[in-house]
Amino acid sequence: MERVKIIIVGFGTVRRGLAEVIKRKKDHVKEEFGLDIRLVGVADLRGAMVDADGLDIDDALEWKCEIRDIDSLQLIREGEYDLMVETTPSNVETGEPGFTHIKEALMRGKHVVTSNKGPLALYYRELTDLAARSGCSLKFEATVGGAMPIINLIRNNLAGNRILSIKGIFNGTCNYILTRMTEEGLPYSYVLSEAQSLGIAEADPSYDVDGIDTAEKLTILANAVLGMDVAYNSVTVEGIRRITPDALRLALDKGYVIKLIGEAREGKIEVAPRLIPKDHPFALMRGTLNIAEIEADLAGPITVMGRGAGAIEAASAIFSDIISIYR
Amino acid sequence: MRIAMEIELKDIPGQLLSALGPIADLGGNIISIAHQRDRRTPRGTIPIKITIELPEKHLDELIARWHERGITVMQKGEERLKESVFLILIGHIVHTDLKSTIDAVDSTGFAEVVDLTLMMPGIDEESSAGITIKATGKKEMERAIEILEQEAKKKGLLMIKPLEGF
Repeated sequence: MERVKIIIVGFGTVRRGLAEVIKRKKDHVKEEFGLDIRLVGVADLRGAMVDADGLDIDDALEWKCEIRDIDSLQLIREGEYDLMVETTPSNVETGEPGFTHIKEALMRGKHVVTSNKGPLALYYRELTDLAARSGCSLKFEATVGGAMPIINLIRNNLAGNRILSIKGIFNGTCNYILTRMTEEGLPYSYVLSEAQSLGIAEADPSYDVDGIDTAEKLTILANAVLGMDVAYNSVTVEGIRRITPDALRLALDKGYVIKLIGEAREGKIEVAPRLIPKDHPFALMRGTLNIAEIEADLAGPITVMGRGAGAIEAASAIFSDIISIYR
Repeated sequence: MRIAMEIELKDIPGQLLSALGPIADLGGNIISIAHQRDRRTPRGTIPIKITIELPEKHLDELIARWHERGITVMQKGEERLKESVFLILIGHIVHTDLKSTIDAVDSTGFAEVVDLTLMMPGIDEESSAGITIKATGKKEMERAIEILEQEAKKKGLLMIKPLEGF
């Protein structure tokens, strides 16, 4: 039995989901993989909870363990652990605080699994080079498509293929808004308020509706699996704010729906609303589902779809990444 | 240019080969050919339906060469604008001179706006238009869409393109 001591840095629903998954799957990973996964530290803006033998997950979830007055960086630098899970919110301007957290952990020879897009979209080469030099793993399946496997699918199951292009729907919020506008003939502003009240869209929706989130994911895919060396700001981005119910109706009359599509291939990396034939698999994605079509030189086209958001869904991707490091 | 024709051959051996030779010689490509050996015209010739892809400037030369060989062209119809694409524009479409937007495509000579449906919700709100463009070929269509895209960008219009091909 191998003991894996992990710390989680960051707050919000992803950490909650992961803590729950670790608890629920404890016995399963022991039996199946011979891994004894212990949560030895949690840190966010409130401070940190630490226990070298493993925190009680129920107490940790309620933030009821003894709270130490040390910040995230201190825990990362001085803590005794094998692997850090980084779940702070994505920042596409600076990549912080995630960028520093990931660097600090990798420099100390710790494995890193993250759901944070900003640091990878901005500093992909720097971080992967650092991981390679330190002999550690840096895994980030949860940054793209939530529970939908795509990075590991391509790296493991399509090994040997050259990936020619990837295109798909990578933002559930936009897809929800466009689906509702199409089906109910409602204006953008109305459906946005509805999505906000349902918790599908943020109070400040620009990160989703202006295509920033999709552009971050596309940048990560382009670098990680398309072998491109692209910077986040080289992505051409158009969001969905200007889509009108009239435009959706005109499209529908001609047999199309409109979806926000991210597309990456050599010479082109673009986020834009596109016309999709009604019988195309992308057109069938209602609500918050994600879908991607991968074009590989040997395998041809491969399509994956899944839930793009949610605490347990993101935790699923993170958990698989953790296990894959020790398999 | 793609051209559909009906030609007539004399009922003697080697005529079909003799008809196809000049097409290849002039850089043309045969798209389809329907040859019914047992059908006859009242003149005793054999009718052939043939569709070819040929640079427009070589069409007269082809007909002349056939004429020398005793082959008659009975019908000639061209499918000039064979590519069709549907697009959406959103923005102040009318107030940014709709006519000049359409002209940008029509003036190319190889593409035309063949259908446009405009919806205007209110004075201050952005309009939406569904546009169908036809062009002589795939390359010409790509070029026409590039031209329209530049025009849209200049006028602050959002252009929504199809998923495939662009």
